[in-house]
Amino acid sequence: MSEPNAVAPFQDAIDIIKEEGGEICKLCYQCGTCTATCPWNLVRSFMVRKTIHQSQLGLPDFESDDMWLCVTCKWCVDRCPRGVEIIDVWRSLRRAIVEMGIGNAPDALRISSKNIAATGNPQGEDRSKRPAWAPEAGVEPFKKGMDVLYFNCCYNSYDPKLVRVARATASVLKKTGINFGILGEEQSCCGESVREAGSEELFQSLVQANTEALTGAGATTILVSSPHCYHTFLNEYPDFKGKFEIVHTTQYLARLIKEGKLTFNKEIKRRVTVHDSCYLGRHNNVYDEPRFVLQSIPGVELVEMANYGKDSLCCGGGGGRIWQETKKGERFSDMRIQQAIDAGANVLATACPYCTANFDDSVISMDKSNILEVREITELVAEAL
Amino acid sequence: VYLVEKQPFIGGKMAQLDTTFPYLDKTSEMLVPRMQMAAENENITIFSSSEVIELTGYIGNFKAVIVQKPRSVDETKCNGCGECWNKCPVEVRSEFDHGLRTRKAIYVTSSEAIPHIPAIDREHCKFFTEGSCHACADVCPTKAIDFQQTEKEIEVDAGTCVIATGYDTFEPSAVSQLGWGRLDNVLTSPEFERILADNGPTSGKIVMKNGNTPKSIVIAHCVGSRDQNYYPYCSRVCCMYSLKYARLIKQRLGPDTAVYQMYIDMRCFGKGHEEFYQQACDDGVQFIRGKIGQVTDIAQTEDEKGRLIAVAEDTMLGTMIRVPTDMVVLSVAMKPREDSPSVARTFLLGRSADGFYLERHPKLDPVGTMVDGVFSVGCCQGPKDIADTIAQATGAAARALALISRGKVQMEPVVASVDEDVCAGCGCCEAVCAYRAVEIDAGTRLAKVNEAVCKGCGACAVNCPSKAMQLKNFSPGQFIDVIDEATRDYAELAE
Repeated sequence: MSEPNAVAPFQDAIDIIKEEGGEICKLCYQCGTCTATCPWNLVRSFMVRKTIHQSQLGLPDFESDDMWLCVTCKWCVDRCPRGVEIIDVWRSLRRAIVEMGIGNAPDALRISSKNIAATGNPQGEDRSKRPAWAPEAGVEPFKKGMDVLYFNCCYNSYDPKLVRVARATASVLKKTGINFGILGEEQSCCGESVREAGSEELFQSLVQANTEALTGAGATTILVSSPHCYHTFLNEYPDFKGKFEIVHTTQYLARLIKEGKLTFNKEIKRRVTVHDSCYLGRHNNVYDEPRFVLQSIPGVELVEMANYGKDSLCCGGGGGRIWQETKKGERFSDMRIQQAIDAGANVLATACPYCTANFDDSVISMDKSNILEVREITELVAEAL
Repeated sequence: VYLVEKQPFIGGKMAQLDTTFPYLDKTSEMLVPRMQMAAENENITIFSSSEVIELTGYIGNFKAVIVQKPRSVDETKCNGCGECWNKCPVEVRSEFDHGLRTRKAIYVTSSEAIPHIPAIDREHCKFFTEGSCHACADVCPTKAIDFQQTEKEIEVDAGTCVIATGYDTFEPSAVSQLGWGRLDNVLTSPEFERILADNGPTSGKIVMKNGNTPKSIVIAHCVGSRDQNYYPYCSRVCCMYSLKYARLIKQRLGPDTAVYQMYIDMRCFGKGHEEFYQQACDDGVQFIRGKIGQVTDIAQTEDEKGRLIAVAEDTMLGTMIRVPTDMVVLSVAMKPREDSPSVARTFLLGRSADGFYLERHPKLDPVGTMVDGVFSVGCCQGPKDIADTIAQATGAAARALALISRGKVQMEPVVASVDEDVCAGCGCCEAVCAYRAVEIDAGTRLAKVNEAVCKGCGACAVNCPSKAMQLKNFSPGQFIDVIDEATRDYAELAE
């Protein structure tokens, strides 16, 4: 007699997970720290530990929604007592689904990937429209010899609400006399999120396209608005190390302030709280610069939320979640808005296009825009010049 | 026997414990008589507030330089009456009680402290900080207070050394999610030991900070232990003392007090340990398999209001669990003492990757070190319980006695030797010797090998530019002969 509900370890799936980079799951000793840390469990059930164990045995449920939940916020990884790179495990499961056809990726993800492959941006907008914001802001294409190449995120280029960040960055750079330009049509999505969502081949083609474009342009310093671009350029693009200096806008602004090149003329009398994005914070340990920049603005009073620094709460937009719909009541960004209000802030300062987009939505859907404003840090700087 | 103790009082960490596992014997009943015996034994000299700062010589002929900090109380006059600490106006955080109460600037750690002679803490005593107060000296009936005492340097001869410097405990402020230092009634295990202790701040009554009796206590295992972010090793004793806490709570507060163990794996491998675990189950202790993710005071339900909530994944249920509770005890990791690098330098001890002292051989010589005649025992070479520590200590004592009673040692035949006609006295050998066995003789200006200390490792021979240094019975010529002999058949075949 065989046990009707018994399972057996499945070597083929173990091998696939290993091949796709998730072998590290074997170190897990099932303490549940990841589950207990994961912000999803504040709003719904997500048994991270269970999936890790299933992966060890080659028995993950590839059809499950769980495959697509992980926001790659790295909170669990930082607390894991066994050094399991849980994000790598999830990425390997997603690769198995997307690239080997085991199970189905959500429609929203498939569409975004297709858009990126076709047009170089997840929105599916025409390449020629990428620099559409630039002429009005007086921004020129990058030419060899310029100080800085501003690599703007797809969101800040195409999204009619977020293009304000690109304009603010341009205005700050112009006022401080920095000689800079943009890639324009040549630029493609950095691919960070699409990689976390399992599309490795697409990511590799984006790496190639961007490496060629940036090398061809003769750039040395690359300024990015998105922590996702920052992370992948710094840690995942193989040919970037030593070739380009990668700087996030908050780091660049902090540097300009310290060098005395950026001085403020106006006061911003507001109570500001800063949201540490996962990819600047936990992924790259950049916590001080955003605070330094805000504190340098006259009149700004800085307050902290319940979760900040290495214990920051994700906006919910990483790991490809930015392209997927999250039900009302399950949005981390809503919790974050509440935390900002509870901290007594009237401005929630961000440094990431995903966070900004999610908080913009939340503050409106929660009907809180009368008491809390969502501002990208660069916007505040531009306003105070 | 010279007993060198860094603290003003002997007994170490064990003196801070109330009860031992797995038989729930009172620590004091075991420890205090032995401390008294040591103090009264005329063959044992106790140097308290002392440290060995230099060790020279070799097996059978060590010389140790001991520095003794001033106690500021004349040990020959003091009768331990306690008038001085009753009068002392200075309140200082009590290290012995982990800050759960204060002590005076002139103090004994407890009524059982040995030597039962107070010590003045010069960092806080007003005589030394302000030059004003001498309340203790005024009331002392035997005129034992001596502010003029100075640091003493004492040199002693010893045949062998036993290192038993113990461990430190992990302070979990870095594990911010557990709330230690931020939330009331989140305690570390050393703090909770003091709460349990008869001579502790609550005289052994288990109470919360506000004086109320807790109705529920959560014990968190593996805080800092088995964790790549802090200490990757298992601290070995936490499972058992966590069970001890659970059983003592049930005994003292009654069976209705809820006790939760939040653990990863229960490791109860010693004699009587598994039985102790079963007794804890029988007592009604709850076991939740899952590491605590967060301790919070933010309530979600009526029952959680005003209490602490331990949040974890119950990995057996496969669901998140919130345990409302009144007190959380964090079973924290044992770690190498902060001064272990300097002690290691003094005694030439090796340290393993985790920072604890290295045994000469993990199986065959667990109390030996790389230096002949120097032994290390107890938690200074890795976390272990009292029984294991005593087994090691007994072993080291027997080894030391055997050496002393035999009066001579057998040396290895392979040691370094100098061809004095060739040696230029450059000192290359001295520079690389890890055992301080080679030195340049001040008179002859030639290298001199102490054969009793030399381990025959060959580092000096390799580093000698003139080949004056060779290993006796292990020279390159001998080696070539051995190789020739071993390969003769092949050599002939090749021809």
